[in-house]
Parts: sequence; C-alpha cells; structure tokens
Amino acid sequence: MEEISILLLFDVLVGLTLVWLAWQTLSSLDLFRAIVLFIAFGLLMALAWVRLNAPDVALAEATIGAGLTGALFLSALAQLSASTKRKDEENKIENS
Amino acid sequence: MTPAFLYALVGIVLFSIGLYGLILYKHLLRKILAINILGSGVFLVMVALAARTGDAVPDAVPHAMVITGIVVAVSATALALALMLRVDAETGQAVLPEDREE
Amino acid sequence: MRKIKLKILEKKPSLFTRLTLGILMFLLAASLAYAVWSLPTQALGLSAEVAKNVEMSGVSNPVTAVLLNYRSYDTLLELGVLLLALFGVWSLGGVSANKSSFVNPILDFLSRFLVPVFILFSGYLLWVGGFAPGGAFQAGAVLAAAGVLLFLNDWQLERKYSGFSLRFVLVLGLVLFVAIGFGFVFLDRVFLEYPPQLAGGLILLIEAAATLSIGISLAALFLGRDPSVKSDSKIDTGVHK
Repeated sequence: MEEISILLLFDVLVGLTLVWLAWQTLSSLDLFRAIVLFIAFGLLMALAWVRLNAPDVALAEATIGAGLTGALFLSALAQLSASTKRKDEENKIENS
Repeated sequence: MTPAFLYALVGIVLFSIGLYGLILYKHLLRKILAINILGSGVFLVMVALAARTGDAVPDAVPHAMVITGIVVAVSATALALALMLRVDAETGQAVLPEDREE
Repeated sequence: MRKIKLKILEKKPSLFTRLTLGILMFLLAASLAYAVWSLPTQALGLSAEVAKNVEMSGVSNPVTAVLLNYRSYDTLLELGVLLLALFGVWSLGGVSANKSSFVNPILDFLSRFLVPVFILFSGYLLWVGGFAPGGAFQAGAVLAAAGVLLFLNDWQLERKYSGFSLRFVLVLGLVLFVAIGFGFVFLDRVFLEYPPQLAGGLILLIEAAATLSIGISLAALFLGRDPSVKSDSKIDTGVHK
C-alpha cells in the first residue's frame, strides 16, 4: 500500500509539472524560452509514457517529440530572428 | 483514483490549455507550439485509456496509433514552420493576415 | 553561440478576452473530464485480440505487430504523409540558408564521435523492435538526429547524391511497402496481408526500408530546402507586396 501511494504521488507530481510547463510554454514572452520549456515538456511526456506502460511510445516521444521537434522549432526561430534583424538594418539605412 | 485516470485528466487539461493558446496568441510560432501541446494532450488521453487493463499488458492498438500520430505531428510541424517562415518573408510579420498590426 | 532574441510584436490580449476564453475552456475540460470519468475503470480494449494473433504476425512485440501487420494501412499512409510534408516544405523553398561560417570545435568533435554511434543505435532499435520496445519510427528518428548533427556542422550532401539518389531513398520505404502489399494480392491474398511463415522477414525488410526513408525525410525536413536547388536561388512564388 505504501509503495502504491508513493507512486501515485509521483504521478500527481509529473501531471502537475506537465500542466505547469505547458502553461509556461504558451504564456512566456520570450519565444526562445518557450521552445526550451516545450522541449522539457516533451521529455517529461516520455516519463509519463513509461508510467503508463508504453515504452515504445516513450522512445518515440523522446527522440521525435522532444528532440527533433525542438530542433525544428529552434532552427525556425533562428531564421525568423535573422530575417527580423535584416529588416531592422534595412529600415535603419532607409531612415538615415 | 488510478494512474490511468489521473493521466487522462492531465491530457484533458493539456488539450484545453493548447486550444486556449491556439485561439488567444497571434504569433504563428506560438500557435504551432500550442497545436503540439494540444496534440500531446490527445495522445495522453488515448494511451491513458489504453492502460485500464489492470495488471495485464496495456492495449497495443492505441499505442501504435499514438506512435504514428507523433510522426505525423512532427511532419505537420515542419510544414507549418516552413509556411510561417514564408509568411514572415512575404509580409514581414509571422502572424495571420487578420491579426496583423499596421 | 549567437543570442536568439525576438521582439514581441503582440500586445497582451485584453482581460475580457482571456477571461471569456478561460471560462469556455474550463467548461470544455469539465465536460471532457466527465465523459472520461463515466467510462468503466476496467477495459481490455483490443488487447485480447492482439495477444491471440501475435504469433501469426511474425513479431512478438505487440506494438510492432499492430504497426506493421494488423494495421499496416496506418503505417503505409503515414509514410505518405511524411513524404507529402517534405514536398510541401521543398515547394515553399528555403527562405534563407542558415550559413554559419563558424563551426563550433566541440560540436565538431562530438559529432565525429556521436554520428557513428547514432547510426549503430538506429540499427539496434530496428532489430530489437521485433520483440522489445523499438521499431522503424524510433530507429528512423535516431537516424534523423544523426543527420541534424551533421547539418549543424555545416555538412552538405554532395551534389551528385542530392538528385536521383536522395529521392530514391526518400520513396524507398513507401514503394517497397506498396510493392510487397500488392505482391501478395496476385497470390490470392488481401492487400497488405502476409503469409504467417514469411511475415517476420517481410516486416524486417519493410521496416529497414522505412527506417531509411523516415530518417532521411526527417533530416531533410530539418534542412528545410531541396539540397539539389542552389541555396541562394530563391523561388519566385509570384506573390508581390
């Protein structure tokens, strides 16, 4: 009984952290921070899959959900900020 | 309360948070993040409901569907991000036309 | 590393909007929770069916059996979705090739060490998928991670491989899957039905091809543009401001 309640406490903690990370991901003002939080969210999801007896899904989530999706987002953000910077410089030249 | 139902509830909350973010925020990158969180919530509900087998092995059919779903989600995310970069290159802002601030 | 910071264009939505939407989402979550709560606490789903037929499927891992035998339609169409997404990304054309003249020496050293390990691990996951957690998707994703590491080091696919060879590998998984599926139609079986004694080998063959295609497609999605098109030539979309 003791062991079961400890595991349930762990599940509650994982669940609450997942919800908190999802909320922080969407509400944080800095997009870079949001993406890093999203990667952490994906890794924690992998933990949730293991707790639900789904190791196959956990492997897929850890490699694809957290790893590749995170890399895709970071690369897109880098290209987005590069284009923002370029536009700012163009504006500066036009204004001067 | 079994862990299966606990995680199903977490999935529902994640789905709602994702939908909230998808509707509310204007920046397309944040919308794509929101869709990913929304999808994770759906996956969590599916796998949690498949784990209601007691001590026996969980149902493998939803597991396989979720693995397929994860790969489809990452392809859709990549396409969405490419579209977002195109929108940014054409209009100068990574937001939808109706949300644009002049 | 370059500092990535972005100006936030959007104003915070008004309190009224946030509150209304929050209440709506709460109601939605509550009704969904009620629906889940009213389900029976014990349900076997299809697990009994899966367990009963698993020895006929050619593999002993039930998830792989579902993915590549019972419901192989899902996997087949999913390979198609992956390919379609890649065509979509390619047709949009790379907005800007992220050219960094500076290659981090630590990253360079680590990738030289890690990329072979990733490829080996990918092969392991593919093999082990028949009887333990693993399989084509996980193996493909690890392969794609190796590709991402290479791209981060400014690695480029040689031009002579970026045309036909690349496209051949990209469609290999889908083509082999469909070919084997149709092959047995001529031997009086249903589309995508395998004879039980051959199923194990066929699944491994399809998975091997699918791993290659998934891995290369995901890595190509990360690159974001067709490597056979010159990086500085921008595709004219006909859209004018």
